[in-house]
Amino acid sequence: MEISTILWREWVFFKKRWMKIVSAQVVTPILYLITFGWGIGSSFNLDGMPYLFYIIPGIIGMNTMRASYSYIATRVSVSRLHEKSFEAYLLSPIRIPMLIMGHILAGALRSMISVVLILLILAPFGGVLNLSLTFFAICFLNSMMFACLGFLAALLIDTHYDLNRFQSFVITPMSFLCGTFFSLTKLPWFIGQLIELLPLTHSIRLLRKLYIYNKFDGFSLIVMLAYTVFFFVLSVKICYEESRI
Amino acid sequence: MIKVTGVSKQFEELKAVNEATLHIKRGHIHGLLGPNGAGKTTLIRSIVGLYDIDEGEIRINDETLTRDNHVLKSKIGVVTQHINLDKELTLEENLEFAGRLYGLSKATIKERKATLLKAFNLENAKDRQVKKSSGGMKRKLMIAKALIHDPELIILDEPTVGIDVKARKEIWEMLIRLRDEGKTMLLTTHYIEEAEYLSNMISMIHQGEIFHTNTVEILVEQLGQYCHEYQEAHRIRRAFFPDEEQAKSSIEAKGGIGLVRRTQLEDVYTTLIETKVKESGN
Repeated sequence: MEISTILWREWVFFKKRWMKIVSAQVVTPILYLITFGWGIGSSFNLDGMPYLFYIIPGIIGMNTMRASYSYIATRVSVSRLHEKSFEAYLLSPIRIPMLIMGHILAGALRSMISVVLILLILAPFGGVLNLSLTFFAICFLNSMMFACLGFLAALLIDTHYDLNRFQSFVITPMSFLCGTFFSLTKLPWFIGQLIELLPLTHSIRLLRKLYIYNKFDGFSLIVMLAYTVFFFVLSVKICYEESRI
Repeated sequence: MIKVTGVSKQFEELKAVNEATLHIKRGHIHGLLGPNGAGKTTLIRSIVGLYDIDEGEIRINDETLTRDNHVLKSKIGVVTQHINLDKELTLEENLEFAGRLYGLSKATIKERKATLLKAFNLENAKDRQVKKSSGGMKRKLMIAKALIHDPELIILDEPTVGIDVKARKEIWEMLIRLRDEGKTMLLTTHYIEEAEYLSNMISMIHQGEIFHTNTVEILVEQLGQYCHEYQEAHRIRRAFFPDEEQAKSSIEAKGGIGLVRRTQLEDVYTTLIETKVKESGN
């Protein structure tokens, strides 16, 4: 009931702006696909496969991260710092874990639109390899993980400028470093180990294995689940701090 | 209904609420008056559970309101000082959303929405987005939203700030109706006539300390029911007397300068706050 209330609000908002929301979600991945997939990537292979196939799971992983993170971080920070409507949630009888879960699900569902659209764009060009329910489930989990991070970031910041900094220092580096466009095996050992700590590395690895080889990576799934739970629990804890209202 | 006992709340160096004690009876409107920064909003935010108090106790219906006391929360409606509406949604959608947050059934939400939109004259604007609505509409919607779940207790933190006289009077009428229905209300306002018109009891707060609580009638009586108001050295001065005759004598003593009128709550407020400011030195 509480989760469906949050989803209802986000659905009402989505219905009013779906064209703008959807178009904004697919512009960046299309540009990446044209530039790195069909453009630069058409002339070489990576890990024994055409570069286009290599980067599709990376772009899907990166895009679901950016879509869910940006949506939730912006939505919650505006509601908390600008509109002050977040306070209305805390005054209502809604349970805080349910409040957070509702937002995270809304963010994850919204980012899944971009997954479907990217795959629809790729289909006529033969870019779709192994699609399974597990692949979509991992896309969804990735979206939830970064929606959780978006919620957490929105609670931690004091101004909207802080959100830009979080984007610049956390989200953007992950977009490029976590194996989206290149294989991590080519990196110096120490840098490679640092990147192994980042959650997107594991999302993209798992998505790539599923998409290209139809294989599973249990360790990456455990890392993703651990990060999701960690971000969620931390968000719940911070929601109880009066200075974050 | 509400028992605030010895409550203190400190923000770093500032003691925003200082051993405040306040008892609000069921079915009463209790006005809380004080200058800017006196601690009214801090006290209210402590009562509704948004702030954790440092000392004292707050009991509502003999229960403590915490962030997780969902049953008690569902009995309270809060109108905050700042507009905290969802600006992307329409007026009606805001009410629907509030109803859903309080777990009301679809049928109840439909009925309450219709009642409240009509009561606050918002029917014709119900499909307008909040961000495109006037200040008066937003204020009315804030109160309507706080009433969607038919709460027993309504907390109103400056509910009529920044709206025109007509809209303010409409809100007053609504609050009187609610009081007559048995609702309990805590009201803060800078409009003294609003507190005078609506409140059964008045408390005054200065520097976080509640220093006077009584009915309007007794507060006026304690100061003097008649006021001789006159101008002296470019300042408006007031002298208070228990009866009209003494006030008239005061005019004669001043050479016929000024007028005699009934003392109002504003006189009491100004006098008491001025005394407090002098005592505290700021």
